[in-house]
Amino acid sequence: MPELVNIALLSFLVVITVVIIRSRDLFTAVMLSGIFSLLCAGLFTVMDAVDVAFTEAAVGAGISTVLMLAALSMTNSKEKVHPTNWGALIVAVLTGALLVYGTQDMPAYGDPGAPVHNHIAKRYIETSLVEIDVPNMVTSLLASYRGFDTLGETTVVLTACIGVLLLLGGRRREEDDHEGS
Amino acid sequence: MKGHDILRVTAKALIPLILLFGLYVQFHGDFGPGGGFQAGVIFAAAIILYALIFGLDEAKEAVPPRALELIAALGVLLYGGVGIVTMVKGGTFLAYNALDPAHPTHGQHLGILLVELGVGLTVTAVMCAIFFAFADRGRRS
Repeated sequence: MPELVNIALLSFLVVITVVIIRSRDLFTAVMLSGIFSLLCAGLFTVMDAVDVAFTEAAVGAGISTVLMLAALSMTNSKEKVHPTNWGALIVAVLTGALLVYGTQDMPAYGDPGAPVHNHIAKRYIETSLVEIDVPNMVTSLLASYRGFDTLGETTVVLTACIGVLLLLGGRRREEDDHEGS
Repeated sequence: MKGHDILRVTAKALIPLILLFGLYVQFHGDFGPGGGFQAGVIFAAAIILYALIFGLDEAKEAVPPRALELIAALGVLLYGGVGIVTMVKGGTFLAYNALDPAHPTHGQHLGILLVELGVGLTVTAVMCAIFFAFADRGRRS
C-alpha cells in the first residue's frame, strides 16, 4: 500500500514539474510550486519523517508561496519567451544525467546497512532518552546534540532578514525622518 | 479587502486558532512533531493572513515593524545567551547539563525550551518582516 501512495505522489510530482516548466504564466507556476511542496510533505509523511513534512508544509507550501506572490505583485505575471538556448540545454541535461548516474552508488531506500544508520545514529537512539529525556528524538537532536548547528541556522535566518530589509525596506527611515521634521 | 465578508469572518475565526496552534507546536515540540522553526512559521502565517485580509496598515499597527526587527535579534540573543550562561556555570557552550548540575535532564529540558523559544521568536519576526518589506514595496511601485 505505501508503494502505491509513493507511486501516485511521485508521478504527481513529475506531472506538476512538467507543467511548471511549460507554463508561461508565473502566477500558475507559483501556485503549482506550492502544491509541489504539499505533495512533498505527503511523501515525507509516508516516510515517517513527520517533522520534515511539517516544515515542508508550513514553509514550502505556506510562507514561500505567499512571499513569491508578494514578489510577483511587483513584477509581470507573464514570463518572456526566449529562443531555446541549446548550449544551456546540453549543460542541464548532462548535469542531470551525471546526478542520476551518481545515485547508482547510493544505498537503497530503507537499507539498514546504509552508512547513515551505522555511524552515530545508533548512539543517539540508545542514549538520547537517558541523557536528554525528551520523547521526540528529533527535538533532542536538533536543539541539544546539534545545538550549535541550530544556532547557525537561526543566525542565517536573521541574516536573510537583514539582507531583505536593507534591499527593500531602505526607504522607510527616510520617510520617518520627513514625518518627524 | 472591504466587502469580502466571507473572507473576513472566516479569517477572524481562524486567526486565533492558528496562533493557538503555533503556541502548541512551539511548546509541545518535545513530545510531538514540531519545534521553534515550525511554530515560528505558523505564527507568522497568522499575522500574514491578518495583513492580507484586513490590510497592511492594520497589521502594522498590531505588529509594528520596528518591534519585529528587535524580536528577530532578541531570538538569536536568547539562543546565544543560553550558551553563555552554560559557559558561566562551568559547562561548555550550549551544554545544557550545566544549567542544573544536580539534575542534568532538567537542565536539558530548560535549555531546549529556551533555545526553541529563541528560534521561534526569530523565525516569526523574520517571516513577518520580510512579508511587510515585500508588501510595502509592492504598494509603492
